[in-house]
Amino acid sequence: MGTGDNASHGGAPGGKATSAPLLGHDNEPTLFELSHPGRRAWSFRTTGVPERSVEELIPETHRRAEPVPLAEVSERDLVAHFTRLSHRQFSVDLGAYPLGSCTMKYNPKVCDTVAGLPGLAGVHPATPASLSQGWLALLVELDEALCEVTGMAAATLQPAAGAAGELTGLLLMRAWHEAQGSVRHKVVIPDSAHGTNPASVTLGGYEVVTVPSDERGCVDMAALADVLDEDVAGIMLTNPNTLGLFEEDIAAIAAAVHEVGGLLYYDGANLNAILGVVRPGDMGFDIVHMNLHKTFATPHGGGGPGAGPVAVSERLVPFLPGPRAVRVESDEQSPVYEWVTPPRSIGRVHTWHGNALVLARALAYILANGGDGLRQIAEVAVLNANWIRQRLTGTYDVPFDRPCMHEVVLSVRTIKLAHGVRALDVAKRLLEEGFHAPTVYFPLIVDEALMIEPTETESPQTLEALAASLERIAYEANTQPEGWMAEFPRHTPVRRVDEARAARTLVPTFDARS
Amino acid sequence: MGTYIPHTEDEVATMLAFLGLDSVEQLFDVVPEALRLQRGLELAPGAGEPDVLAHMEELAGRNRARSDRLVCFAGGGAYDHEIPSVTRALGGRSEFVTSYTPYQPEVAQGVLQAVFEFQTMVSRLAGLPVANASLYDGGSAAVEAVNLAVAATGRQTVWVSAGIHPHWRQMLETFAAGTGHRIRTIPLRDGLTAWPDPDDDPAGGGEAPGVLLVGYPNYLGCIEDVAEARSVCDRTGALLVVGADPVAAGLLRSAGEWGADVMVGEGQAFGTTLGFGGPYLGLFACSAAHVRRLPGRLVGETVDVEDRRAYVTTLRAREQDIRREKATSNVCTNQTLMAVTAAIQLGWLGTSGLVELARRCAQATRYARDALVGLDGIEPFVGASVVREFALRLPVPAALVIDRMADEGFLAGIALEDEYEGGSHGLLVAVTERRTRDEIDAYVTALGKAVA
Repeated sequence: MGTGDNASHGGAPGGKATSAPLLGHDNEPTLFELSHPGRRAWSFRTTGVPERSVEELIPETHRRAEPVPLAEVSERDLVAHFTRLSHRQFSVDLGAYPLGSCTMKYNPKVCDTVAGLPGLAGVHPATPASLSQGWLALLVELDEALCEVTGMAAATLQPAAGAAGELTGLLLMRAWHEAQGSVRHKVVIPDSAHGTNPASVTLGGYEVVTVPSDERGCVDMAALADVLDEDVAGIMLTNPNTLGLFEEDIAAIAAAVHEVGGLLYYDGANLNAILGVVRPGDMGFDIVHMNLHKTFATPHGGGGPGAGPVAVSERLVPFLPGPRAVRVESDEQSPVYEWVTPPRSIGRVHTWHGNALVLARALAYILANGGDGLRQIAEVAVLNANWIRQRLTGTYDVPFDRPCMHEVVLSVRTIKLAHGVRALDVAKRLLEEGFHAPTVYFPLIVDEALMIEPTETESPQTLEALAASLERIAYEANTQPEGWMAEFPRHTPVRRVDEARAARTLVPTFDARS
Repeated sequence: MGTYIPHTEDEVATMLAFLGLDSVEQLFDVVPEALRLQRGLELAPGAGEPDVLAHMEELAGRNRARSDRLVCFAGGGAYDHEIPSVTRALGGRSEFVTSYTPYQPEVAQGVLQAVFEFQTMVSRLAGLPVANASLYDGGSAAVEAVNLAVAATGRQTVWVSAGIHPHWRQMLETFAAGTGHRIRTIPLRDGLTAWPDPDDDPAGGGEAPGVLLVGYPNYLGCIEDVAEARSVCDRTGALLVVGADPVAAGLLRSAGEWGADVMVGEGQAFGTTLGFGGPYLGLFACSAAHVRRLPGRLVGETVDVEDRRAYVTTLRAREQDIRREKATSNVCTNQTLMAVTAAIQLGWLGTSGLVELARRCAQATRYARDALVGLDGIEPFVGASVVREFALRLPVPAALVIDRMADEGFLAGIALEDEYEGGSHGLLVAVTERRTRDEIDAYVTALGKAVA
């Protein structure tokens, strides 16, 4: 291991997506261009309900003059179209996806089966609790498991994504301070934070105060002390932070924030690194959101659905969104579950009960892994990231040269200064190698950042292949003529796209094409 | 090693040696000892797939009201529509399911193009030129629409029809705690919103609204007079947000035709299972004037370096990761898979199928309603005309009737909230294209007995 020799891992390249369709070159027409008047795919149940015309059913003033123009295609054309589109799409199932901060681990198939169970998928959300006891029991079981993992007292499962969880947490912060008779205006976030943090702070009605990172890549304690006062409602932290580094001073940070009466918010984007090792509650956090689509392996769906449950410490439980599923009779043999809205609830943050089928998948994942399995996830996620860091040290800059957690931030700065090759070029070149690109240009405080999160589900062989590709790319950057790297990728479904044109001449629909 | 971790113990040892470490424990040396969990997580040991499935099936079995056991007459934004095999198969393709947000367009043309097609379909349905890549659900779309309108008008007073889903209105109240918006609920009169005269509105305290939000049809199923809401907007300078039922939109004039600035809606009806309320699909379309305030992601068409057609997320400068604290929305992850699924389902329906779906819902609704209001003691809750959902006034509490009807094999509907006058005796009933005449007849008979 570490020699760059594939043979040491049996020669399997691992994790590279090189299947032919993804390398195809032809455009796929839109469904509207495949449309042929009179074709159809639909069929409905024979119901025996007496036929009535639209004219009988809809008053004339409200009746649409023309049908909504959609495509007219056969079922066969529909299947071919979307199958071909799927061939133009990279995915975890196809290959390694080391996209930093996104925890693109393998999504177990058993969870798909769970999400399709008729007894879960076929339940209407307005069903009374008495007729949906299984669902309420499931939500309570997940709530309790997430609280054990985070060291918190109770959770809301309503937030549909991480950003929704953040805003929920900030509203909890606001409600708690108001209940103390305290009006505060500021929330502190580090300069390494995700963009959703400051945006959520604004929507929560607070002003953002940014604290810089120090030379270790962690919160600058002196700068923090300068901004903390009794106008600070709280601080939002990601730990490990977005540099993949553990905030070692977290206990001191918690004490300082609590000293001025503030609350600590834990952004759970990087929870995968610490499962079973250290818990946000034990670090002193009061509010924690989790991204079930990261840590708990629910698939990301090309941009959602996610799920962003928020767990809180005891003193914040009365403020949680409602209604919450709770166990009202603790009789082990026949527990009864009910919907209860906490006494000082901030209200509802989802139309129904959150992304329920995503929640069911997450519970199945937790059951499959168990307590020990969750800890092993953290161990191997951190092991994989450190292996990549060690292996690529010297090939790329390592701005913060100390052990990382589940992800490592490298920099292309030296190569860029010498040869003009940027992080973006490395990312695009890596696509050509059959890997998804790392996150680039984030966190903002690192010049030409490459943020690599291998996750625990990538094998040593895949890491080897990924590292070998990144080494080859660095070699090319150092040896090929300037501009050579900008030609990549060459064999992906499309090559580099003109993003400026997309924004300048906006074509958001087929009808807007000129 | 854990269930989904490929490493053998030997491989872990080799990797540790490469790092100069003796144990996995040393990887966490940076975590202060005092903070570390000194025990294992108190969770059951990991279970094999058959045991996981058995557990989840046991939970599922405790849900009495599942659409394969109780015939579903409940709606309220979540409907038991046909989901054909083709939608299930294509929407379940792992390339769509297991990819991330399309940050690298060169290898994400599949999702990007499917979302572009989805945006086109929603735009046509709404009669508005721009639609986004989705929001979390109908309620979150309404919240974002109100935020857009307040930012556009600079006025924080929000007039929300009581005919908007009560849960959407609760969400508006929740998020107003952060934004400071003033939410004012405008009551219904016989099923339709009784908008105040803005020139003679003592209850308004002189505050002109920045936005009006009206359902079309509304929560009680009634077809609102959107022209009246538009007229209030014209007189006050407020923006008009229409919360449309996207299936009924197959028969009704579009939000755009009524002069809406924004259309929002719950898109679950297009290929997504009931799923106990999620994941669903927030629909959002707006006029060209507001495109730079559009929340969430937007896919646009462009070309690659060889001048081939390509798709990419665009107007990214609006988004939270670039604007940070100046962003007007924090939405990042949305419901893309449900949007792709909706594009597939709308492709399956096509131009004629959407009309046929909506017509079948409406005719089954008419059939059921005519039979039900003929029963002793049962009356229409309000008098206004409906499309695919309606409310009844029962002689006994609706919650009791729903319990009784479950024993007869039906999920009878939704008990109306107390905020509606006589609400506890109100039952909201939805009849989709899947309900047969026999099911409806049996439902009518059972309901007649259940209220007796």
